[in-house]
Amino acid sequence: MAQDIGRVHVIRHLIEKSRDRKIKKMIEKMMPILLVLAASVCIATTFGILFTLVFETFEFFQRVSIIEYFFGTEWYPFSSGNPSFGVLPLIMGTLKVTIIAMIVAVPFGLAVAIYLSEYASGRTRKFIKPVLEILAGVPTIVYGFFALTFVTPILQIFIPSLKLFNAISPGIVVGMMILPSIISLSEDAMNAVPNAIREGALALGATKLEVALKVVLPAAFSGIIASIVLAISRAIGETMIVTLAGGAMPSFDFSVTGSIQTMTAYIVQVSSGDAGYGTVIYYSMYAVGFTLFIFTLLMNFIAHKISKRFREEY
Amino acid sequence: MVQTMSNGELKIVTVAERNPYGLKEPRAKKKTSVFSARNFQLWYGEHHVLKDIQLDVKENEVTAIIGPSGCGKSTFIKSLNRMVELVPSVKTNGEIIYRGRNIFDADFAVEELRTKVGMVFQKPNPFPKSIYDNVAYGPRIHGIKNKKLLDEIVEKSLRGAAIWDEVKDRLNDHAYRLSGGQQQRLCIARCLAIEPDVILMDEPTSALDPISTLKVEELILELKKQFSIIIVTHNMQQAARISEKTAFFLNGEVVEFDRTDKIFSTPRDKRTEDYISGRFG
Repeated sequence: MAQDIGRVHVIRHLIEKSRDRKIKKMIEKMMPILLVLAASVCIATTFGILFTLVFETFEFFQRVSIIEYFFGTEWYPFSSGNPSFGVLPLIMGTLKVTIIAMIVAVPFGLAVAIYLSEYASGRTRKFIKPVLEILAGVPTIVYGFFALTFVTPILQIFIPSLKLFNAISPGIVVGMMILPSIISLSEDAMNAVPNAIREGALALGATKLEVALKVVLPAAFSGIIASIVLAISRAIGETMIVTLAGGAMPSFDFSVTGSIQTMTAYIVQVSSGDAGYGTVIYYSMYAVGFTLFIFTLLMNFIAHKISKRFREEY
Repeated sequence: MVQTMSNGELKIVTVAERNPYGLKEPRAKKKTSVFSARNFQLWYGEHHVLKDIQLDVKENEVTAIIGPSGCGKSTFIKSLNRMVELVPSVKTNGEIIYRGRNIFDADFAVEELRTKVGMVFQKPNPFPKSIYDNVAYGPRIHGIKNKKLLDEIVEKSLRGAAIWDEVKDRLNDHAYRLSGGQQQRLCIARCLAIEPDVILMDEPTSALDPISTLKVEELILELKKQFSIIIVTHNMQQAARISEKTAFFLNGEVVEFDRTDKIFSTPRDKRTEDYISGRFG
């Protein structure tokens, strides 16, 4: 018994000693400061980017009128005689690719997500999930090559009028690129629906499909919408695929078989070319970048609103 | 049950209306069995959970199943609507006869069985939908789309589950805004909406406070006039209060199955006596 008490004292002593250590006190004080510093680097970067964008965009609008930029339907920045800077053709290019990508990715992605979360056995899931991760890890330049040298020739068999550079092929491949993120986020959302709710429906004589479509899907709706909006914003920002397979001829029409140019592809074109510092073309890159930024910001904002509005707490 | 009236309207007919002279009379002599388990065995993987169960559940009675945790009572009740098959490693042997048909027969669709044998779970599990949609879910998946008929079913079911007065002004509210006890009665209403024949209840009051428990018990006494009820409970007073028959399960076997008053006053088996007097379990 006495020994026990002695031991208790030893432990007590060790604890006191550890608490008195100066270095521990120092670390305790320094840590929050370091953490705040880390956080402020992120915030500073964001504001730095925003500031550059806004500043250079402002310079651009000193040279080109805002009205021409936002409402002009002709984008010929390199025309030596009479350049025009109407951004609508670029936005059109981006929208075409994004819409085609969503037509491919949303139904396909949801189908796979439903399969994985409601039907697949543990073993199948263990096989499919890593494959999806590989798909997500493929560099986008490889996707771009794939679109140009594989998808486009195949599509040309079915659509003879399809040009080498077009909107369909990069659209489809961008859809494939964003597929893994739609699948994995939607599947997470469906997996989060408690089993008790599925059982409740099954006990009413619902079939598996009825449970999936009429109970799980609505319950996971907010997560699914969030995954789709996130995917849209990635499709809008996608660069390499559209640069390689989309071409560099923006036009304001609804054709998907002809060459297009997206906002991102234009930025690549200018920054890899030799537009001199201070020229209108140089500044136009920033204006387009800023427009792109507004688009993705808007999508993120919408995603946030939607997932908040439809959140079903279970 | 839904009948087409002479003027072409659809009308829900209660059991009492179908049989205005009362149910008791023709059945007073001998009640028919709704469920009979014959040599029923069940394994989870290698684990033998139910051993040679023989049990006859009669119509319009409350049958209580009691026993210590892990004795297989929940597994048994979940076998009756084959919900137990959601466990991947489950194996069964023997028969469970529901109104003359073996529920494990290949031509007995599990969905059909479950429309006839409803279930109320241990924890209230309403869908993340409105109160109305919760009750209308069952009829809807079984093809009822007529809005007027649905309204009628919802009201009737909520009345049947003794929750109508509490929710009639807020049918479009989210079900999760109800209290636990109300949610459980909503789940009962959801079950009533497809007019089952038998209602299985797996410890329906174990997550509820005493007042909500009382309400659910009163409801069960009301429901047994129309339905056969099988209830698993840990609460022996509850079994004594609401059931006609009680089965005592122990280690996967039915130790004793008899009239509830007999089980609680003069049990035949020593183990039953030990359990109900609180000596173990």
